[in-house]
Amino acid sequence: MTQASQDSSSDAMLEKLKTKPGSTKELFNKFMTGLTAFFTVAILIPLVAVVFDVAREGVGQLGLNVFTERPPAPGLTGGGFGNAIVGTLITLGIASLIAIPIGVLAAIYLSEFGRGTKVAYGIRFAANVLTGVPAILAGLFSYSIVVINFGGFSAFAGGVALSVLMIPIVMRTTEEGLKLVPRGMRDASLAVGATQFQTIAKVVVPAALPTIATAVTLAVARAGGEAAPLLFTALNNNFWSFDPGRPIATLPVLIYFFSIIPYRPQQQLAWTAALVLLGIILIVSVTSRFLTRQKQF
Amino acid sequence: MSSFAGESQRFTKQMISKRNSPERIADQGFFWLTLVMAASVALLLIWIGLQIFTAAFPAISTYGLGFLTSTTWNPVSNVYGLLPQIYGTLVSALVALLIAVPLGVGVAVFLSEDFIPYTLRDAISMGIELIAAIPSVVLGLWGIFVFVPFMRPFYTFLNSTLGWIPLFAGSPRGFSLLTLSLVLSVMIMPIIISISRGTLNQLPPELRLGAMALGATRWETILRVLIPAGLSGIIGSVMLALGRAMGETMVAAMLVGNANRLSASLLDPGSTIASLIASQFAEAGRVQVQVLMYAGLVLMFMTLVINIVAEMIIKKFQNIE
Amino acid sequence: MVYDSATAVETDTIIRTENTSIYYGDFKAVSGVNLDIYRNKVTAFIGPSGCGKSTVLRCFNRTNDLIPGCRVEGRVTFHGEDLYSKDIDPVQVRRRIGMVFQKPNPFPKSVYDNIAYGARINRYPGNMDELVERSLRRASLWDDVKDKLQASGLSLSGGQQQRLCIARAIAVEPEVVLMDEPCSALDPISTLKIEELMNDLKQLYTIIIVTHNMQQATRVADYTAFYNAQEAKGGKMGYLVEVLPTDELFNNPKEQSTKDYVTGRFG
Repeated sequence: MTQASQDSSSDAMLEKLKTKPGSTKELFNKFMTGLTAFFTVAILIPLVAVVFDVAREGVGQLGLNVFTERPPAPGLTGGGFGNAIVGTLITLGIASLIAIPIGVLAAIYLSEFGRGTKVAYGIRFAANVLTGVPAILAGLFSYSIVVINFGGFSAFAGGVALSVLMIPIVMRTTEEGLKLVPRGMRDASLAVGATQFQTIAKVVVPAALPTIATAVTLAVARAGGEAAPLLFTALNNNFWSFDPGRPIATLPVLIYFFSIIPYRPQQQLAWTAALVLLGIILIVSVTSRFLTRQKQF
Repeated sequence: MSSFAGESQRFTKQMISKRNSPERIADQGFFWLTLVMAASVALLLIWIGLQIFTAAFPAISTYGLGFLTSTTWNPVSNVYGLLPQIYGTLVSALVALLIAVPLGVGVAVFLSEDFIPYTLRDAISMGIELIAAIPSVVLGLWGIFVFVPFMRPFYTFLNSTLGWIPLFAGSPRGFSLLTLSLVLSVMIMPIIISISRGTLNQLPPELRLGAMALGATRWETILRVLIPAGLSGIIGSVMLALGRAMGETMVAAMLVGNANRLSASLLDPGSTIASLIASQFAEAGRVQVQVLMYAGLVLMFMTLVINIVAEMIIKKFQNIE
Repeated sequence: MVYDSATAVETDTIIRTENTSIYYGDFKAVSGVNLDIYRNKVTAFIGPSGCGKSTVLRCFNRTNDLIPGCRVEGRVTFHGEDLYSKDIDPVQVRRRIGMVFQKPNPFPKSVYDNIAYGARINRYPGNMDELVERSLRRASLWDDVKDKLQASGLSLSGGQQQRLCIARAIAVEPEVVLMDEPCSALDPISTLKIEELMNDLKQLYTIIIVTHNMQQATRVADYTAFYNAQEAKGGKMGYLVEVLPTDELFNNPKEQSTKDYVTGRFG
């Protein structure tokens, strides 16, 4: 284009195209952008506030003793929640033993055998609905099966209740991980005469293992923070217990009970337990997110 | 040169026939194992319903549907009614939605547009996911000792200026349906944001280009084209959030005040089905356990209906897309 | 055609299709293919896209079984045995009839483990190191990778990856190697190497190659089959137009549509 062709009429056109700073449209655009930006900042405030307050209130008591000692008698100071940490690990261990095999095998069915079928669709749908079932109902479920029929409140009953929460999470995230393994891997394995089982066990699952591992970790982190399903399954225990057949203390339940009793030392301990629990869960969540983000293929 | 059953060997039909080799048996067995496990995930949902129904059955036959409309709760004389809890469950969840939906959808839009660089958007959405990772019992603890004392002056102010409206009447003490709703709104926001944002991101780019080409500004495009196009996904996310809010237990038990009363005021303490079960179950007698199972069944029914509808809405959207 | 399975073994035919049609659900994707594949020859499948040439290729080692709703009508025989007979194990079929895919797809394992994978699956009784070396030599990859057998297969270049996949396929010593557009993702130099490789490999194996590239067919194939497609209910339906020795198909085809295609008048 030559210089001469940029005559005055195209200048006028250009002028029209420029945004007019004072127009209502422009003001509305600015307003909406500002408003949603404000919302975005606003909703992060609770996160910052909770983390900050839990750290501030909890850090004072934090010492080696909280990990190694059991809670003091009501009103007395000192002690810790080592028994609740052990209890949380035991109930999560039991829950994982139930949920991981079921969740991973179910995911293998959905991704490897049932892809595109109505059966898989139905199972996926049911799993999604199961994710939305309130955690307290998992407690009622386990109570009516394990507690009533197998000798009362126990760590095992707590594990069963938590596994109900974990199964759909493990299944859906594992399925996503398996789907990320390229079709070509399976084709190549089958083409040298491997069975589908060999293909899944030796190629697909190993290739998806990092994703599956982080998925399982996330499910454990999620279940580890739940108190509702444990309230009347694992119950609570002020003493050390390693017996799956007996009531056991867990961090979330300890936080609950100590936050609603009127003794300052117990409330203090609840804050410190909250700091430990929140710290573990946030660290696990952040690192597993970074791990899953690394591209493998 | 090869010891393998390979090119040097003469072909026989045996080589490609089905044999009961360990590999074949393992393959078949594995298939059925995974199918049974997958089916058991679906059956678990039904099992939970049946199990709670069975445990609740004595209470259902004793109290019938009148349980849902009665307001008395007296374990001593074995008179039970769930209406205040049903009311508290619905009202606290709906008020939470009232707060969370505009904010959540606004944030979802903000994060699905390119107002700020991608890395910053990514960091913010990670922060939002971390909100969802906070254990509810920690939020409850924070609520009791930080949030309630912090909000008390606001409640008092609200009560003294707007107390003539039944919604804000009564004498505010802090533990109330409104406190529960506010914390619930924080908890359900991540669900609304992540699903709505996913929906908006998946919209075909032609929609935006088409609207832009007709001379619509960015926010006209968002409000008149993108949000209507993604509405089913947004509605689905809101339904899921509603189900989550209704079923939330620890925050409710710790912040709602656990008062068995039916009050129009949001500033009064109340109770929800989940908080009722959590606070009474461990000390309940035989009949009361059955009644609480009945209450659990009601909660299961309510959340199930909402979740199924939500999933259907989201699935429908995904199919069209 | 009168067909006697006893004579088929004696002659050079290793795979034969008799009026083979392939369906996806109700949709007929390929119709009525009659074709003989000769032992120790390279047969190329050419034709416009959507003509079903890859679909036919995949039905030779029953890879289509894995697609829900896919079924085969008519007969496909291997050494005179019906491949779709009830007593045939598709897993064993794939042991005899290997496959190399369009996109190089090495496992995320070492070069060595990529080759050894199939042999381990099939409980290879011999010396694994020798098998790996022999397979890599046959795929003319040995000199490139002999110093990095423990490196990941994914660390190789595209052309090397594809030769690794060929080595992996021949490590289980199949009789037939199916190649589904093996060079479409490769640069010209890598393509040339693989074409040279095919000439060596046909001494030991029967090769069937699907290619988009007619020049490639003239360079590597002894026989060439031309497929075409016609509009049908639900999409395009592929069919075999004719199969001839490669020279004849390109210079003196019997069918007009073949002539149009090889002279570039359509497709």
